[in-house]
Amino acid sequence: MIGGVAWSTVGDLLLRHLYLAGVPLLVGLLISLPLGWLATRYRWLAPPMIAGTGLLYTIPSLALFILLPLLLGTRVLDDANVLVAMTLYSVALLTRTVADGLGSVPGATRQAATAMGYGELRRTLVVDLPLAVPVITAGLRVAAVSNVSIVSVAALIGVSQLGQLFTEGFNRNDMGPIVVGIVACVALALVLDAGIALLSRVLTPWLRAGVAR
Amino acid sequence: MIRFESVTKRYPDGTTAVDDLSLEVPRGGITVFVGPSGCGKTTSLRMINRMVEPTEGRILINDEDVADRKPARLRRSIGYVIQHAGLFPHRTVLANVMTVPTLIGWDKGRARTAAMEAIEKVGLTADQASRYPAQLSGGQQQRVGVARALASDPEVVLMDEPFSAVDPLVRTDLQNEVRRLQRELGITVVLVTHDIDEAISLGDHVAVMRQGGHLAQLASPGELLTEPADDFVASFVGKDRGYRKLGFTTTQVESDPEETVALGEDVPAGRGWVLAVDEDGQPLGWVDRQGGSGGPVREEELHRMGSLAEVGDSARVFLDAALSAPSGRGVVVEDGRVVGTVVPERVLEAIRARGGSAA
Ligand SMILES: Nc1ncnc2c1ncn2[C@@H]1O[C@H](COP(=O)(O)OP(=O)(O)O)[C@@H](O)[C@H]1O
Ligand SMILES: [Mg+2]
Repeated sequence: MIGGVAWSTVGDLLLRHLYLAGVPLLVGLLISLPLGWLATRYRWLAPPMIAGTGLLYTIPSLALFILLPLLLGTRVLDDANVLVAMTLYSVALLTRTVADGLGSVPGATRQAATAMGYGELRRTLVVDLPLAVPVITAGLRVAAVSNVSIVSVAALIGVSQLGQLFTEGFNRNDMGPIVVGIVACVALALVLDAGIALLSRVLTPWLRAGVAR
Repeated sequence: MIRFESVTKRYPDGTTAVDDLSLEVPRGGITVFVGPSGCGKTTSLRMINRMVEPTEGRILINDEDVADRKPARLRRSIGYVIQHAGLFPHRTVLANVMTVPTLIGWDKGRARTAAMEAIEKVGLTADQASRYPAQLSGGQQQRVGVARALASDPEVVLMDEPFSAVDPLVRTDLQNEVRRLQRELGITVVLVTHDIDEAISLGDHVAVMRQGGHLAQLASPGELLTEPADDFVASFVGKDRGYRKLGFTTTQVESDPEETVALGEDVPAGRGWVLAVDEDGQPLGWVDRQGGSGGPVREEELHRMGSLAEVGDSARVFLDAALSAPSGRGVVVEDGRVVGTVVPERVLEAIRARGGSAA
């Protein structure tokens, strides 16, 4: 027991939280990659696309959690509502990030790749994307932390995760669960953040190769 | 081998970058497109590998219209070097150079071997091959750029201002390197530059372009200096073209015999300037015995030599040797050994005897 909560309960809620925040992050990234690519490929698409996806982020999460069952025809307690909502938020943050990342590739590098005889798709995958990794992972870190924080709101509609500790503590007028919930949320956010930072390092060995002759 | 037939390029914004350009780049050798900034050199070059599509006209390589080739395939068959090398920062030097061999489907072993060969050809080491571009100097990066363009043995290599971003000493090195490689491999190089001196020293053929994408003159460097087609070319080629032209004039300059001395040899005062040589007959420097006291020649009293002329060098080298020697007599060597000296008058006579014209 910790703060009046069973360790196993904390563990279960933590895993649920990770699932509800992490899976949408990955799916959001997969959706954002082609969207961000479109925004860099067709310049005129960039402003409406980035403004449009950015707008998603301004929808209050509670409203989205409540509206989605109506729109999707899902049950109110369905995880799918949270997963879809978090995916939308991830896309909102990451489309811009991917566009910025691809846009950060030096024009000379891209032109050299084309001049060597790369087709557009192959060039995007093996030249542009690896070079965009630092920018994209920076955005991923922000999105990961943001997801962890937003997911806890879903406790209000009864989907269990760490946020549940807040509602419980509030109902029982007990600080214990609330503190446990906050610490667990922060720990999860930090671990995700560090994990992505590490991944970025592993993917970009050239950035840390000693400089000069 | 590369033929531009009435090629015009108008960009969507209405800029006519190249206007009705017709020219033929001969097989082998270095053909330079030179002209002021914005005159359409890069556009012309990029139309060869279809990085830019002509609005009108066509470009043929070995009598085949490039428009009939698949762009990516075409580009893989043509080497390309750009100003800041344009290397892939996330790939090692070796991986950079393996790019085209890999794209054309060579297996890893073969691509690797070809890349290592190219890396050695441009004077880089196996140790440097495993580094990332950021770990190399600008000049070395540019060498990697050249190696990358050569790795798959293309017939044609395009270079767009390849040496503009490196400092002058390194630039001279790279220029010599490209010239050597071109000779060694027999490839056809098309090189773009805004630097007329580079064009003249490097080009076998020079196409001078003017604003609006017009070809002003296509000629050998010597011809360009002797017979500029119009005022534009004359002024672009520069003021001292009479003197520079001598760089393309090979003349039979007869050198006068020169009595040489060895270190330690006794030379009396009043003999004037005396040339000291080592035991192999290689020049060491001039000794001033115009006045003062005589005595054995000491190493400390040697004056610098000025530039040396090698038998067979251009009139410009001979004249420079004569003008830069403290004695007024330029030292002429063959295989490093002194064969005589020349005074400026000698060189001028030789130029006059040739009719004073270059090429
Ligand atoms: N993509 C483009 N769109 C519009 N105009 C261009 C483009 N590229 C080049 N130009 C214009 O075409 C002219 C020739 O350019 P360029 O071929 O790059 O000249 P150079 O290489 O001789 O400096 C210039 O006036 C330039 O501004
Ligand atoms: Mg240019």
